[in-house]
Amino acid sequence: MMTRAERSMHALQPLNAGLEAVAADEAATLVRLSGVLRGAAQAHGLVDVAYRSIDSPVGPLLLVATEVGLVRVAFSVEGHDTVLAELAESISPRILHAPARLDAAAREFEEYFAHTRHTFDLPLDFRLASGFRYEVLTHLHEIEYGSTASYSAVAALTSSPRAVRAVGTACARNPLPVVVPCHRVIRSDGSQGAYLGGPEAKALLLSLEAV
Amino acid sequence: MTAAKLPFEVLISRHGASVLRVARALVGVQDADDVWQETFLAALRAYPRTDVKNVQAWLITITRNKAMDHHRRIATLPVPVGGVADLLPNHTASGTDAVIGAVESAEMAQAVWAALALLPNKRRHAVAYHHLAGLPYADVAELLGGTEAAARRAGADGMKSLRTLLAPWKGFDDDDKS
Repeated sequence: MMTRAERSMHALQPLNAGLEAVAADEAATLVRLSGVLRGAAQAHGLVDVAYRSIDSPVGPLLLVATEVGLVRVAFSVEGHDTVLAELAESISPRILHAPARLDAAAREFEEYFAHTRHTFDLPLDFRLASGFRYEVLTHLHEIEYGSTASYSAVAALTSSPRAVRAVGTACARNPLPVVVPCHRVIRSDGSQGAYLGGPEAKALLLSLEAV
Repeated sequence: MTAAKLPFEVLISRHGASVLRVARALVGVQDADDVWQETFLAALRAYPRTDVKNVQAWLITITRNKAMDHHRRIATLPVPVGGVADLLPNHTASGTDAVIGAVESAEMAQAVWAALALLPNKRRHAVAYHHLAGLPYADVAELLGGTEAAARRAGADGMKSLRTLLAPWKGFDDDDKS
């Protein structure tokens, strides 16, 4: 048996016989109206979290920003809807699709994947990483474009040089992959190790930077 | 996860259509765009509301209030100038079947909105909330202020009036499935 909420959602389609015609121009109208709404919401400062998605060699990437800066980059294996639902809980549910607010970020990703950009120059919001995880992330930019470092080498840069396993965790839960280059951290035996975007994505990013 | 904490974008994609239909039924196609904007902007301002269990009913209530504000501003109902005569089908269009189909469906939509505007208030609201937006009659009753049975009756009477007004349209089925 359906819940009441489900029933009311299903009742939208199909409409009662004879009333279907009213839905004829709905899709186009709603696209236009939501565009205007997003602009007005921005102008009134009501968008706490803005997002857009971009195509990339490692698949569609979700880019999410707060007023502070880029707060989350997500691979499609993470499920973009799931990530947004999590952010609604952890940051704010005032989340809107607002591509314009992420224009600069999208451009830098495009340049990065076109080999014309080696470091990202964007305001970042690190609120999703705290404590030692945050400390690890702040050191990752020290691994230069095109090179790699082992988990233990990264640990050596931190206040807990023996916390090799914790460095692995910090990298695995990096909220800003690609921008904060956790893909450059590999196992000490030279194998690439795990990656939140999948091992193929890590291999692709490393080979992209090797060119 | 609680429904009150969904990303607001999800509310727009799930309920944008029902808000639009109710707005069109209550203020006419022309002014419905403004009511739609005002509704979602007000909802976003108040979001998230932990006391809201049924997001759709909450949004439709805001739509109703924004529509009433609108009527207070213009102080008239969107009644078609020519009355029911304007509702008659006008099949002079030429072109492919698809084009004629599109024209006919646009004309039909216009006729439905015009016919809705001719209904008595309570019936129009009941049809908008239940038949167009898909709200269950329990929620419709709360919006109308009355019993669920009265809301159901207003909806059925409203559909009956619509059928009479729209009888010239062969596409308008007289099978009320509510």
